[in-house]
Amino acid sequence: MVTTNTPDITAVRATTTTVRDTPGYRAFRVVNGLVLVVITFLTLYPFINMVAKAFSSQAYIAAGEVNLWPRGFNLTTFASVMGDSIFWVNYRNTIVYTLLATAIAMALTTTFAYALSKPYLKGRGVLIGLAMVTMLYAGGLIPNYLLIDAIGFKNTMWAIVVPGAINVFNLLVMKSFFDNFPKELEEAAEIDGMTQYGVFFRIVLPLSKAVIATMTLFYAVQFWNSWFQAYLYLNDRDMYPVTLYLRNLLAAATSTTDLGSDTVQIQANVQSVAMLLTVLPIVCVYPFIQKYFVSGVMLGSVKG
Amino acid sequence: MARGTGTVEAVPRTGGGPPGGGIGGAAVDAGPPPPAQQLRDRETWRVSLRRHWRLYTFVVLPVIFLLVFRYVPMIGNVIAFRRYRPGGSMFGDEWVGLYYFQMFIQSKPFWDVFWNTVVLGGLTLLICFPLPIILALLLNELRSRLFKRVVQTITYLPHFMSIVIVAGMVFQLTAINGTINQIIEGFGGEAIPFMQRADWFRTIYLTSEVWQTVGWGTILYLAALTTIDDQLYEASRIDGANRWQQTWHITLPGIRPTMMVLLILNIGTFMAVGFEKVLLLYNPLTYDTADVLSTYLYRVGIGEGGNYSFAAAIGLFEALIGVALVVTANQISKRAVGASLW
Repeated sequence: MVTTNTPDITAVRATTTTVRDTPGYRAFRVVNGLVLVVITFLTLYPFINMVAKAFSSQAYIAAGEVNLWPRGFNLTTFASVMGDSIFWVNYRNTIVYTLLATAIAMALTTTFAYALSKPYLKGRGVLIGLAMVTMLYAGGLIPNYLLIDAIGFKNTMWAIVVPGAINVFNLLVMKSFFDNFPKELEEAAEIDGMTQYGVFFRIVLPLSKAVIATMTLFYAVQFWNSWFQAYLYLNDRDMYPVTLYLRNLLAAATSTTDLGSDTVQIQANVQSVAMLLTVLPIVCVYPFIQKYFVSGVMLGSVKG
Repeated sequence: MARGTGTVEAVPRTGGGPPGGGIGGAAVDAGPPPPAQQLRDRETWRVSLRRHWRLYTFVVLPVIFLLVFRYVPMIGNVIAFRRYRPGGSMFGDEWVGLYYFQMFIQSKPFWDVFWNTVVLGGLTLLICFPLPIILALLLNELRSRLFKRVVQTITYLPHFMSIVIVAGMVFQLTAINGTINQIIEGFGGEAIPFMQRADWFRTIYLTSEVWQTVGWGTILYLAALTTIDDQLYEASRIDGANRWQQTWHITLPGIRPTMMVLLILNIGTFMAVGFEKVLLLYNPLTYDTADVLSTYLYRVGIGEGGNYSFAAAIGLFEALIGVALVVTANQISKRAVGASLW
């Protein structure tokens, strides 16, 4: 080991270590960099492969020659998927369900979180407990299914947009935000004669845009990606979300998977396009929303 | 885990408040309650309702929602002890005691899927719990902020993908003409029909799970790493500790509370192993290793059987194990390292 010079205690760690890296540690840093490059590449690869296949011709995919780059570049698969009217119907359904479910969820979560953040709300502890318990256990598959059936939600969009309305994790994140909301502002508004509604809608909400945006995205991504509720409760193909369309495409492909049969290759081509179109909105907004998700998770972890 | 981070992002900057918003709000909270506040605390229900009735209206819909969509299903579990008649009540029609519990405990398929669940859950815990820690430590050694950001951005991405998309990618990569088989053939091997082979299912499931969760799993560890006091590293360096010794004696103990909390949470979801993912990835050829409690109860309950009471009994059994595991893990962690969820 190289002996250290007189250590400069006040200096920042990063700058001092550059001065006295041991050869071993320098080697480690090179290897570490390489390992992380490989990990990054492996994470990206399924996406790259999906895009490559979406633009490739069936013949090359069947021959197993499509990996990083499209072979036999064409847009006919896109044309055929986009020409499938049921695909667009399902895609539109996903948009409608996502908007509606997110709106319902945000309305319930925001008002509930705000009320729970007020120390003078009687029974506050009980209500928080009521919500927290559902984090541990939410009733299980069969009772939930029978409930949706019993209240007549089956094969309606309400089965998709209502049951996910309060995500307790999101609720706690919002509550901890409102906990820290400057009281003086609210009290000043009350002195000026505003009602609780006025304070909430005209003072609190406009000043909470960041957390509202974060929670809206949390919910929107969750609803956009969901498929199982639809699989469970919807029978009518015209009501499916696009994720279920995709799931049925995958199921059709796997059930006919004889080695090298034609159906599979055609499906692989179409699958890639449908997958690409389904993830596209998320991938497009992802770079902008990533930091909100990260801060949301940290906020939640402090309380949860 | 109270670090007071994170709030900074979301708290609005009020005019005249100290920089770093969250601190201002928190300080007010922490201070002694003003006299008005104490009075409010002693308000009776009647007074409170009259004065703040608007606030109480905010609570009505969410509470109805929770009662109907969360608590009614919990009560609905009584059908595990009652016979369900199609078209009858969702709570069943007549008491049958532990009939359905005896039924699954005596059935061989149940124990097969039970062990599958334990194996798959155990492997998931064993692999998917430590990997984010390692990745976070590796990321922590990077000096280039840009490189670190790029790696983080890309490795977080799979977390946002629908499970259907993940399943689609798995099917494509493991297809007979997919990339993995091309690599095998490139080395002179025989192509393997992965998705039809029960002995490959666990590997495939775990790989996709790692792909989807590891990057995102680093967030809390990276946050915990930034809270470790730099003076500890300085002091250890003066004492001649090398980088590895620093990691072992400072970094790892520093993130131990985070590790324990996440471990407890992971143990709690142990029995509920990726139900949706298994449902998408498995098929009758791979049931031997792939079928887990949740998928089995889905099939006997809704998929094929319509035997709701039998399936609900299995669901209740699974949930009880889950709760028991969390409570036990929490107690052990509290005694052993002083970190716990509650």
